[in-house]
Amino acid sequence: MTSLVEISHITKRFGSVDGVRDISFVLQPGQTVALVGHNGAGKTTLIKLMLGLLRPTEGHIRVLGEDPATGGPEARRKLGYLPESVSFNTALTGHEVLAFYARLKSEPLDCIGPLLDRVGLTKAADRRIGTYSKGMRQRLGLAQALIGSPRLLLLDEPTTGLDPGLRMEFYEIIGELRDRGATVVLSSHVLTELEERTERVIIISGSRLVADGTIDELRRIAELPAKVRFSFAHGGTERLRDLIGAAAKAGTFNGQWAEFDVTPSQKIEVLRRAAAAGDLINDIDVIPPSLDELYAHFLRGGAA
Amino acid sequence: MKNIYLIAAKEIQESLRNRWVLLMTALLAALALSLTFLGSAPVGTVGARTLDVVIVSLSSLTIFLVPLLALLISHDAIVGESERGTMLLLLSYPVSRGQVLLGKFAGHLAILTFATVLGYGTAAVTLSATGSTISAQSWTAFASMIGTSILLGAAFIAIGYLVSVLVRERATAAGTAIGVWLLFVIVFDMGLLGVLVVDQGRLISPTTLSGLLLLNPTDVYRLLNLAGATNVSSFSGMSGLAGTVALSPGLLLCALAGWTLVPLTFAAMIFSRREM
Repeated sequence: MTSLVEISHITKRFGSVDGVRDISFVLQPGQTVALVGHNGAGKTTLIKLMLGLLRPTEGHIRVLGEDPATGGPEARRKLGYLPESVSFNTALTGHEVLAFYARLKSEPLDCIGPLLDRVGLTKAADRRIGTYSKGMRQRLGLAQALIGSPRLLLLDEPTTGLDPGLRMEFYEIIGELRDRGATVVLSSHVLTELEERTERVIIISGSRLVADGTIDELRRIAELPAKVRFSFAHGGTERLRDLIGAAAKAGTFNGQWAEFDVTPSQKIEVLRRAAAAGDLINDIDVIPPSLDELYAHFLRGGAA
Repeated sequence: MKNIYLIAAKEIQESLRNRWVLLMTALLAALALSLTFLGSAPVGTVGARTLDVVIVSLSSLTIFLVPLLALLISHDAIVGESERGTMLLLLSYPVSRGQVLLGKFAGHLAILTFATVLGYGTAAVTLSATGSTISAQSWTAFASMIGTSILLGAAFIAIGYLVSVLVRERATAAGTAIGVWLLFVIVFDMGLLGVLVVDQGRLISPTTLSGLLLLNPTDVYRLLNLAGATNVSSFSGMSGLAGTVALSPGLLLCALAGWTLVPLTFAAMIFSRREM
């Protein structure tokens, strides 16, 4: 099977400003990909390029085997899109809106009932969208993106404005889609909630792609230090400093506990020494670098 | 074709839902009825008048009102949806931009047709119900007045789309639409009249005048209705102009069609190239 999305050396300029610059990546079927970057980094521009709403200044792009800006309607039938802050005509009901979009995709209208049910809008289906809350509109937005079991889903900031309960449901639905073999692209600037849910992270900063890989790969590349925290018996400061200090950079002490930044290669040695310290140490915590730290590392210009 | 129909149907559904159609029909019917039954009040009589006189009054009403209504529904069509964010979603579906524009055009034209036929029709039906005898010739003239009013509406819907794809903000579109309305309905004729008075027939030949009148869709409409049928033109005081301007009804209809097709084509071209 060929790849779903192929982007090669794509650049989009708006006047003299770069929207995205020289970005290349390939998406395979069944991947869940997080597109991460701060506001204005170029995430939405990239998604619009994949939709063919913008034409690249340079480079080539193929989505579902076609050039999205010039290709026929066939590819779009297998594509679902949830725009950032989705909006609908407020005079129509949820059911009417979904019926309109289903007809545009040439899908049978009996797909609407299950979709409304899936996003929990069955009761509100015959109410005007004007009466919907922000979360309900977002769910309706997801429902329209799911029409016709798309092979590629582009979700632009899908969880902004959703409460934590709704977010969980949202990720559940996305998980089901992935299990069905759909490729899901999620853009976000909130990293922590993406951590367990994506196989691959693409980080964009200042219009450029700065990192692309699984979270573990990115951790290895970044070589960010983990934190090791010891809590120790009273008066052990000096002994601990001597013991650990030889293997790691000097840590911070406050009389009750000590914290050391250790690189992946130092970690085992530090822990071995700590184990040999006997009853000096009461407790040990190892804290791996968080996704936010990883992200900050790549945004600062760390090599990928 | 199916997509055009779907978008037209949605446009009609929305206009029914937000009472646009009802409002427009009621407005046209109310004005048509009051012109029919109270139109002669200023000269001291109140009562129904003949259909020929009604055609003259309604044509004059159309020239002001139909372009305004058409621009009102059309100026927002593209820029409004872009600004609200609904256009982005629509264009991610398997539908071309040409289909979006044509679908909206079909929908808006259907709404305007419905309102005009029902609004003006009410006046004619009431007139005949109150006992006026109406000749077959007058009925024909009335029907062609309604038909050309719709054509005039189509032209201004197309012009409104052109405005809507050219600007970036809804407020600009609204302002430009008002400007377009003023230009065609008031400024153009005043300017032309001024030029004719100053010129005194030295430079501007009747042929030039005909050509100049074709540059304004409302003048084309005026010539079609007020100078067309002999009964009507004698009432409207346009028979003088009708004698000078040698333009056949066929040519005038083509001109109105051109005023629809040209702006619509340009709007479609600009819209297809535009990046969202």
